[in-house]
Amino acid sequence: MNTKNNHFDAVIIGGGVVGCAVARELSKYKVKVAVLEKEDDVSWGTSCRNSGVVHAGFNNKPGTLMAEFCVEGNKSFKELCDQLDVPYKKIGKLVVAKKKEEIKDLQKLKQQGDTNGVNNLQIIDLNEVKRLEPNIEGIAALYSPETAITSPYLLTIALAENALDNGVSFFLNTEVKNIDKLNGFGFRINTNKGEYISSYIINSAGLYADKIARMIGENKYRIYPCRGEYHILDKNVSWLTNHLVYPVPQAGVGGLGVHLTPTIDGNILMGPSNEYIKRKDNFSTTSQIMKMLSAKAGEFLPLISPGYIIRSYSGLRAKQAPSSEGGFWDFVVEESDTVDHFINLIGIESPGLTAAQPIAKRVVEIINKKVRLDSNPSFNPFRKGILRFEEQDEETKKTLIKQEPDYGEIVCRCEKITKKEILKAANNPFGARSLISIKYRTRAMMGRCQGGYCQTRIIEILRENFNLVPRELTLKGNRSYLLTGYRSNEVSKSCKKKKLLSLEGGLLV
Amino acid sequence: MQEKEVIIIGGGAAGLAAAVACQEKGIEDILIIERGDYLGGILNQCIHDGFGLEKFHTSLSGPEYAQRYIDRVVAKKIPFLLNSMVVNLTPQEEVIVINDKGLQHYRAKVIILAMGCRERTRGAISIPGARPSGIYTAGVAQELINLKNYMVGKKIVILGSGDIGLIMARRLILEGAEVITVAEKLPYSSGLPRNINQCLYDFDIPLLLSHTVVDIQGNGRLSGVTIAQIGKRGGIIPESRRKIICDTLLLSVGLIPENELSLEAGIVLDTMTGGPQVDERGQTNIPGIFACGNVLQVHDIVDNVSLEAEYIVEGVAEYLEGKLTKEREIKVELGNDLRYVVPQTLMRPKDIIFSFRVNQPGRKKILIFEDGKRLIKKKSLQRVNPAEMIRVKLSSRDLEGIKTLKIRLV
Repeated sequence: MNTKNNHFDAVIIGGGVVGCAVARELSKYKVKVAVLEKEDDVSWGTSCRNSGVVHAGFNNKPGTLMAEFCVEGNKSFKELCDQLDVPYKKIGKLVVAKKKEEIKDLQKLKQQGDTNGVNNLQIIDLNEVKRLEPNIEGIAALYSPETAITSPYLLTIALAENALDNGVSFFLNTEVKNIDKLNGFGFRINTNKGEYISSYIINSAGLYADKIARMIGENKYRIYPCRGEYHILDKNVSWLTNHLVYPVPQAGVGGLGVHLTPTIDGNILMGPSNEYIKRKDNFSTTSQIMKMLSAKAGEFLPLISPGYIIRSYSGLRAKQAPSSEGGFWDFVVEESDTVDHFINLIGIESPGLTAAQPIAKRVVEIINKKVRLDSNPSFNPFRKGILRFEEQDEETKKTLIKQEPDYGEIVCRCEKITKKEILKAANNPFGARSLISIKYRTRAMMGRCQGGYCQTRIIEILRENFNLVPRELTLKGNRSYLLTGYRSNEVSKSCKKKKLLSLEGGLLV
Repeated sequence: MQEKEVIIIGGGAAGLAAAVACQEKGIEDILIIERGDYLGGILNQCIHDGFGLEKFHTSLSGPEYAQRYIDRVVAKKIPFLLNSMVVNLTPQEEVIVINDKGLQHYRAKVIILAMGCRERTRGAISIPGARPSGIYTAGVAQELINLKNYMVGKKIVILGSGDIGLIMARRLILEGAEVITVAEKLPYSSGLPRNINQCLYDFDIPLLLSHTVVDIQGNGRLSGVTIAQIGKRGGIIPESRRKIICDTLLLSVGLIPENELSLEAGIVLDTMTGGPQVDERGQTNIPGIFACGNVLQVHDIVDNVSLEAEYIVEGVAEYLEGKLTKEREIKVELGNDLRYVVPQTLMRPKDIIFSFRVNQPGRKKILIFEDGKRLIKKKSLQRVNPAEMIRVKLSSRDLEGIKTLKIRLV
């Protein structure tokens, strides 16, 4: 094992759900591993901007890695979430046919799912659809009881924390600029924060995986960002659906259609759209798509109203299929055929969240074929998340406040998040202290007032506990400063020039 | 379980006035529950003047206005809890409160809802574009600047001409920022005329009516917004799109009464006001639960909040004496030009103050109260404006023996 600080056996590029799953999987062995992440925190790419669905695996073509990993991932997902204290709910999914012609497609989907090894799929009729989902319009549905939901960012954070706990190093705000193949073996990875030496590289850079592959001369991959916009609905209307509700997928479209996704926290997501765009950092929402989403969702769920929307956002799929072709290309999970010890994880779009753990296991298998990995006897698979005060019973709440009065201060009114939870989140082992880092870890600012009440309080908690100056408080790291400083004593130009004020000028100037 | 005669949820303008009024009515056993670490609520961050003209016939700042009530609360030893959040309210007048002392249950004969309102956000009005930092609601910016001593930005665009947005336009100029423009989606301002004059025109800040923000740029911090004009039919006029370089977007796009607790208790809300439906004494559909101030309807001046609180406390006192009986139930009907009315139902023939807002600005209007074909009262109004609440008092004699009540504007 390498002993130098910047020398590693394996460097994972990208701290998304796949990169963090690989990190945790490798930490089960005696290897020195690092994760390089360009952002201020883990999970900030596609991993925090998706539907949060643990797919069953009936959408994917039999024989593909997508199908294999999805089915495998679905079956082991609950155990993973239990180990990592991550929310998981098996709520089931309905793919709803609106017209007779679509029933054929449902049967095909079921057949595909059966072939892939998905359990318990059934076609249900109108009455059963109405019984399961009284508010949904449709004539029949494919019912998949194995489909579940999770929190994609909490899972990523949990995987990362558990990996860290088991010895993996994380370097945030660290962007890979280029990679040199070293004589003999291994790589030198040059970043904005200095260089790292590693014998293995795992390219888990999501949208930028093509760029990373090109750094070692592998030019055959191309990732197209394909944007999906979502609306988030108020928790007040969580009763609208009980299951995930999807339309019948359309051939040649690289998405699953605008669907309704209950989240683990009781909101409903409406989306996503499916739009190839130019830039990989364009997370804008657009007025046309926002209107389209409401209209499309309304086709299933006539009760839906734009007035229920509390927020909109978008995520980018890392697609290999060009827009001219659409559809899905299979995951690439393999060692480069031109450069040894360079493992490419390319085109990890949906169902990448479900497949993250199986992909990670495959990476270990690939390495294990060449170098025998010794297992790490001190590996601890368990990790505890932040205790959610609001979810405790009354006696526990009383005890908690007695032990820690900070539990008695509710900072976020909508989601009922306490000061203690904010502090725990801000004390995360990665030192990520932007508002978004706090938000993902606690849900503070995610409610219907969108931080109107708690944002100022969180800013004050951060400033007081970490001795930050205003400029260091950010929304999401880097250049996203929240405040320009303290209030100044300057009198503005436009104020000076006003007659009214200059008349009283003796007082002012 | 601790028992109280009256519990007031919220220690802002409405809650303080209600507490003082209760005490004056001889109600002894009161408790104000306030989530913040001081009484006075949002008034504390409103350091501009203009408060109290109606109530105290002098112009006060927000903190001064609040202090007048706080002094009386303190002098009369009315009990209050600070840093205490009511997390649950039941139809049986029970509340659960969380603070650093623990989790406590209270029950009261009367609950007065005085939780105020919150600001509408970017998400609620679906402004498209990127998601950088530098987007604040006007009230949050006001709190950061006036109470926390931070500066939120240097080049500011304000969307919405609500009063807080107008006040903040002036405030930001005085703090050395540049306020490029205030854009208002409607063809008229949604703020008070005096604020338009004193906060925008006196400082040369252009008000762009029928304009809105159609895009937001910036990856880290906000780097600009695109504004565009809204055509007659409500669509964006594409050629009017223009980019403005700025680092901050302030939103002053409406206030929503904060009724999450009310909903949990099963209180029926009015979709137009966003507040509870109440009778002429501010009583909700749940006997013993009353509402006043911005949680009932968003007011434009705080004096009216105080007056409303004092007014509903008359009903609270009657309720405690067992005199608040339901003698009839008349649903107040509204003509097309009126957006809403409070109260929504009448239970007894009493002197009643009605509050309205109109849908459109207009001149030389007549407000008509009628029972079927019979005219009850007429009031002519020189000028009406959605930004200005209209308050009209009808006497018990006016309302004696009516079967229906319709109010319309002609």
